[in-house]
Amino acid sequence: MKFWKSWVIANKDFKIFRKKKRIIYSLIIIPLFISIGLPLVISTDKTMSTGDIMVFLNAFSFFYIILAYILPNTLSSYSIIGEKIEHSLEPLLATPLTDGELLFGKTIASFLPCVLMIYLGSVIFMFLTDLITYNNVGQIFLPNWNMAFILLCAVPLSSLLSIELNIIISSKVNDIRTANQLGIILFIPFIAMYMLLVSNIVSLNILNLFVISLALLILDIFFFFLSKTIFHRDKILTKWK
Amino acid sequence: MIVTKNLTRKFGDLTAVDGITLEVKDGEIFGFLGPNGAGKTTTMRMLCCLISKTSGEAQIAGYDIDDPEDSLKIRKIIGLLPENVGLYNDLSAYDNLDFYGKLYECPETQRKENIRHFLELMDLWDKRKVNVGSFSKGMKQKLAIARALIHDPQILFLDEPTANLDPEAAKKVRDFILQLKKEKNTTIFLNTHNLDEAQRVCDKIGIFNTHLLASGTPEELEESVWGEKTIIQVETVSEGIIEALNKLSLLNMVVDNNKITIDVSNGEEENPIIVNAIIEAGGKVQYVNRLSPTLEDAYLKFVRGLD
Repeated sequence: MKFWKSWVIANKDFKIFRKKKRIIYSLIIIPLFISIGLPLVISTDKTMSTGDIMVFLNAFSFFYIILAYILPNTLSSYSIIGEKIEHSLEPLLATPLTDGELLFGKTIASFLPCVLMIYLGSVIFMFLTDLITYNNVGQIFLPNWNMAFILLCAVPLSSLLSIELNIIISSKVNDIRTANQLGIILFIPFIAMYMLLVSNIVSLNILNLFVISLALLILDIFFFFLSKTIFHRDKILTKWK
Repeated sequence: MIVTKNLTRKFGDLTAVDGITLEVKDGEIFGFLGPNGAGKTTTMRMLCCLISKTSGEAQIAGYDIDDPEDSLKIRKIIGLLPENVGLYNDLSAYDNLDFYGKLYECPETQRKENIRHFLELMDLWDKRKVNVGSFSKGMKQKLAIARALIHDPQILFLDEPTANLDPEAAKKVRDFILQLKKEKNTTIFLNTHNLDEAQRVCDKIGIFNTHLLASGTPEELEESVWGEKTIIQVETVSEGIIEALNKLSLLNMVVDNNKITIDVSNGEEENPIIVNAIIEAGGKVQYVNRLSPTLEDAYLKFVRGLD
């Protein structure tokens, strides 16, 4: 496997993404909105007790796992369905490129910008949160171990899951919006988890995060093999719709 | 350079390509003629290692299309112009070629030289920074041809290369195909519907409809239809003329009004005898024409079973 070829593929996709306003906006606006919006929610409610603030901050931290699932959705749909729409997969597959190099290139193209934007967003979130809550909490709350675990472990795993699912969805649909919508449906379990955290039914700790990350890892491995089977040149040119 | 033996591809119960056996020699231009849905593109895709075969064998430059390692080597030495050009509309003409040049592992200097050479050749150098999305169909087709050539391939697979081009651009592409053969000895496998194009550029032609119906040089295919005919227009066809011609034991003779069509095996020798017989029988010969079969006749005969 020649990784530089995957980088050539990813680099080409980056050039295309830069020209798509929808992608640029979704990459910048969504993380920015969440990273500024969530601390503001806390700042607007002056009646919140320190305990309530802790519950909300934990739940908000979890939101980054959801964001890591949502954000690559648009990019990976564009990355693969875009090739289908432009009929560019055939000449691409005719080059001395393995299916693995192509798949890896497509994964990098969606993964890197999203994870980078999430990390940038999380820095803003942590800074604003500490600024707003310092007086109430009496300490710098973020970053903490939970947030570190989320950013370094759960966020990449969640992004990979989103990309793999999009590859599978892309083999069945020819429309970027449909692929987006189908991909988004699959994040309902994440929202359910978020609701449990906000309601303080489940608390966010390293053990829970480990279980969540393990579940994501198992799903990643399962969908990796499934997407690898689907992302096969013979199937792309004869069975993909 | 290209050898296939009973190459077959099935899609479920449908046999798209049925046991093709053919050979394309080094530096030859091979025209693959057939109607829509005949399996031309499927054959090309198998030879370019894009889809697998169901059975049979095929080698490109000695490499087996079925072997994963050979498949990579094959794809290094071939260039493909697919039916749908498949360019990136959001990238410039230059970036499209640069991207493919990198994937074909062209060294930077050669890549830059080739990009300039082919863009200039296709009259696209001035538009190199323009996004391909704003190009006309013809411009896209020319750019896709440049893309197929960016790494100086030994074998070129072209699927309808002049389909979207105006006559002048189509001529330029045809001339360019001949130039490639002459200067670089590139082997070219050409899928086309265009009989005139096939006749002008191909050394050998295969007429194909799921299976290979006939193959040979354009001349061989034409001759395989019905050899040669002589048409003689006389003032009046009399019983005496018919009687005189019947005595010559001709292969086949059809009389339509005052026009006599005769199959001849060697016109130069037989025609003077036939004309002489008509004159001696009191006929007045107005015109004598030679009617040779065309590639179209051969194509229709093999594809539609017409005589």
